[in-house]
Amino acid sequence: MQRQSKLNRKVNNDNHSDTEGYFREEIYLPASTGYILLSLIIALTLNLLPLQQEFLIFRPDFVAITLIYWCVNESHKMGMSIAFLMGLMMDAGNTSIFGQHALAYCIAVYLALILGRRLRIFNLMQQAPQVGLILFVMQAIIVLVAMAGGSNFPGWHYFSATLSGILLWAPIAVLISIPLKQKPDPDAL
Amino acid sequence: MTADPQFFRHGPGPFARLFVFALLACILIAEDLRFKRFPELRQAVGIVIFPLQKIAYIPTNIYDQIEKLIASFYLVEENQWLKQQYQEDREKLLKLQSLEAENVQLRKLLGAMQGIEADTHTQAVMAEILYTPRDPFNHKITLNKGSQHDIKLGQAVIDDQGIVGQITRIYPWSSEVTLLIDKNHSVPVQVVRNGLRSVISGTGKQDALLLRYLSVNTDIIPGDLLVTSGIGGIYPPGIPVATVDKIERDPVDDFAHIIGTPIAGVDRNRQVLILSLTPPPTDELAETVKIESQSK
Repeated sequence: MQRQSKLNRKVNNDNHSDTEGYFREEIYLPASTGYILLSLIIALTLNLLPLQQEFLIFRPDFVAITLIYWCVNESHKMGMSIAFLMGLMMDAGNTSIFGQHALAYCIAVYLALILGRRLRIFNLMQQAPQVGLILFVMQAIIVLVAMAGGSNFPGWHYFSATLSGILLWAPIAVLISIPLKQKPDPDAL
Repeated sequence: MTADPQFFRHGPGPFARLFVFALLACILIAEDLRFKRFPELRQAVGIVIFPLQKIAYIPTNIYDQIEKLIASFYLVEENQWLKQQYQEDREKLLKLQSLEAENVQLRKLLGAMQGIEADTHTQAVMAEILYTPRDPFNHKITLNKGSQHDIKLGQAVIDDQGIVGQITRIYPWSSEVTLLIDKNHSVPVQVVRNGLRSVISGTGKQDALLLRYLSVNTDIIPGDLLVTSGIGGIYPPGIPVATVDKIERDPVDDFAHIIGTPIAGVDRNRQVLILSLTPPPTDELAETVKIESQSK
């Protein structure tokens, strides 16, 4: 009898620690469509910042990173049509070939949709290199389209934007998810 | 994610959607690279993002204001310096006027043609650079003046030192400038020292211009100043373009390989001047129109 109660207590303890672990895991509210659009507009504005040449080469593509974030975390609300439209806007602002960024963003979103379920298993730090792979493929497509338009290969330093994208993936993801964090309410139950 | 199980989902899968959108993008790319039939499409998108470009410019504006505030502490010194500069420039201008008169006189004596009409009555509009593209293969900048400010296609853009480029695309409130270093951009130039005429083209690389079609034995030396010749009617004559940097005379080639460095701060400026000349712009678009009319 005593042994059983001890066992019970142990089970209870286990349960307790389990629930604690469960609560420690952050639960995010589902993002509204308005919030997704707002984040994309902010990202586009960041992309359009007038910067000097030296900083420009290291600037990550904020729009691409935001698109990938939503593909991974809210895949049913992210469509390729949004990516396509964002790409067209980026092309008009960036004075590049019309359709260049649209194509690149669509392929990035496709990759992110396919890898999304897999990516969600990992934490942000582990996600970063895999996101970097998507960003690299995206930049490679942009370069290929530019070269089809008759430009020279810009040199490998062009891909430093992928590196800065990898470094900024975790901060950006945290920043986007702050408004979606559920306020813990201890009196709820 | 969980609310929308695979079983009930409608519509095509991701790959089919990618295929459709990629096809659409490829059509747009081909249209933009080859046919250029619908510039309105890009203009419409350009108008949509213009407010965002304005918002993105706010930090730069604030920085400018702060810089102005700091500069206002040194106004007296700056004023003095400017006055001195003005006196020096004034002297040069007076000399120039007398030289111009002398030149006209000599030409009359020689009975020579007036040559290229010295159309120095150009109007200049100040514009600010709104955006520099990130891609190193994209040598264009966006200015904050557009068709609403009477900016037209083909107008020359200069800074305080020389030619920056040429306006190649116009939106209502902004415009795109193709820089000198763009691969598809050429300027008719003249060597100041001996009046030799040629055409200088961009190479797609920063700080490198290529002087084409000058034979191996041409009289040209490193350090020669190249100015616009005014032929073609797009650029007013006499504005500095580049200095000759390197000359490779390889007897195997018919032409010398001459590299120049642009004088204007092609990528360092924030403010530029847009010059409006009277002759109609002859641009890519004008060319396509000509071809179309021929084919009809």
